[in-house]
Amino acid sequence: MSNLNVKVETTTQATETLLSARDLTCIREERVLFEALNINIFAGDIVQIEGPNGAGKTSLLRILAGLSQPYDGTIYFQDQAVAQQRENFHQNLLYLGHLPGVKGEMTAQENLEFNLALHGLNADCAEETLAEVNLLGFEDALASHLSAGQHRRISLARLWQSQHKIWILDEPFTAIDKLGVEKLEQLFVQHANNGGCVILTTHQDLSLPAERVKKVKLAYRFY
Amino acid sequence: MTQLSYRAAFSLIVKRDLMIAFRHRDDIINPLLFFIIVVSLFPLGIGPESTTLSRIAPGIIWVAALLSTLLSLDRLFKSDHADGSLEQMLLSPHPVFILVIAKIFAHWLLTGLPLILIAPLLAVLLHLHESSYGALMLTLLLGTPVLSLLGAIGVALTVGIKKGGVLLSLLVLPLYIPVLIFATSAIDTAAMNLPYNGQLAIIAAIFFGSLTLAPFAVSAALKVSTN
Repeated sequence: MSNLNVKVETTTQATETLLSARDLTCIREERVLFEALNINIFAGDIVQIEGPNGAGKTSLLRILAGLSQPYDGTIYFQDQAVAQQRENFHQNLLYLGHLPGVKGEMTAQENLEFNLALHGLNADCAEETLAEVNLLGFEDALASHLSAGQHRRISLARLWQSQHKIWILDEPFTAIDKLGVEKLEQLFVQHANNGGCVILTTHQDLSLPAERVKKVKLAYRFY
Repeated sequence: MTQLSYRAAFSLIVKRDLMIAFRHRDDIINPLLFFIIVVSLFPLGIGPESTTLSRIAPGIIWVAALLSTLLSLDRLFKSDHADGSLEQMLLSPHPVFILVIAKIFAHWLLTGLPLILIAPLLAVLLHLHESSYGALMLTLLLGTPVLSLLGAIGVALTVGIKKGGVLLSLLVLPLYIPVLIFATSAIDTAAMNLPYNGQLAIIAAIFFGSLTLAPFAVSAALKVSTN
């Protein structure tokens, strides 16, 4: 049985290791998704996780974010195990999953304000932030009256206010139009250039230059 | 990065939950209506004879309170789990303990408190003994938070399961029984004009025990459920 080791190549200049995983193994429904996986993610990285459906992309992201426990292995944030510094790690982590986490009973602005406040961000500029994601005019509309793409935009809006170093985004472009995708990609580059890192999954090709994006390929395993 | 204090995080969650509940009023009204209907049906079924009714009144009120709390428990974490906001809360930099206790407090404000407010009125309907009113209010005041706290453990464990309704009642109802026994016993004792401090003290002990321990169990259960 061959181990699936993925090495993300290091950039030329010595940069800070933000997030690293050692010997990660994930088993779902008695199927090994990946085994002894090692990843190092540095400040300034944009990492795209690739693989067919069911290869374990979401599982990997959830394990990296600390939402799921791996079968084996450890996650380190700035060379210290995440389990020993949960609050510090979460102060530096922004995770957006499949589900947008938007409440239909609250308006777009209330949703964003709550999300910002919950993650310790400045909630006063929610209105301007909504303008960034083209939701101006919908601030006071109940989220249940908005579309799936608009829900996604509400949840993505906090990226503009985020001071978290690590962004883990599971399919951030779902239901987002072309122009929105472009804007997000620019934001990712800007975030990486400011010393953060972005880890994302998407089935779309990023329009960013190939050398800017590092790729982790997960294969679908049958055993 | 501005870091919220524990108190600010607590009130942030409580405010949000109250806002959602007031925009979705069914969630508040249904359990309360259930409580009122169950209690008011008993005089019709058993007959208006005041001696029988006043004898069984404590049991009826408390059993109805248990069931209506059980009916409202789903709201605690289910919808947050379904739309992903629970994940976001677990990933926030605040201790999960604070978030959990805030959600439980909001749940009690929306279900326990209305029950306490309406209970004296329904007690009149059941000819509850005059000297029992104090005991009824005190046991409800100490007992309903226990129902929310212990119920939260059950909901947190079953939140990931599609049809966890039956499992939830199987898990939670046995935990409610001590509260039911001591509460009804306190009210009965009060009807005989005897001191009921002992039963109250036990309910208070259960309350403080679950207040300090249940949030830890709930946080652990939520982590398992979102795994």
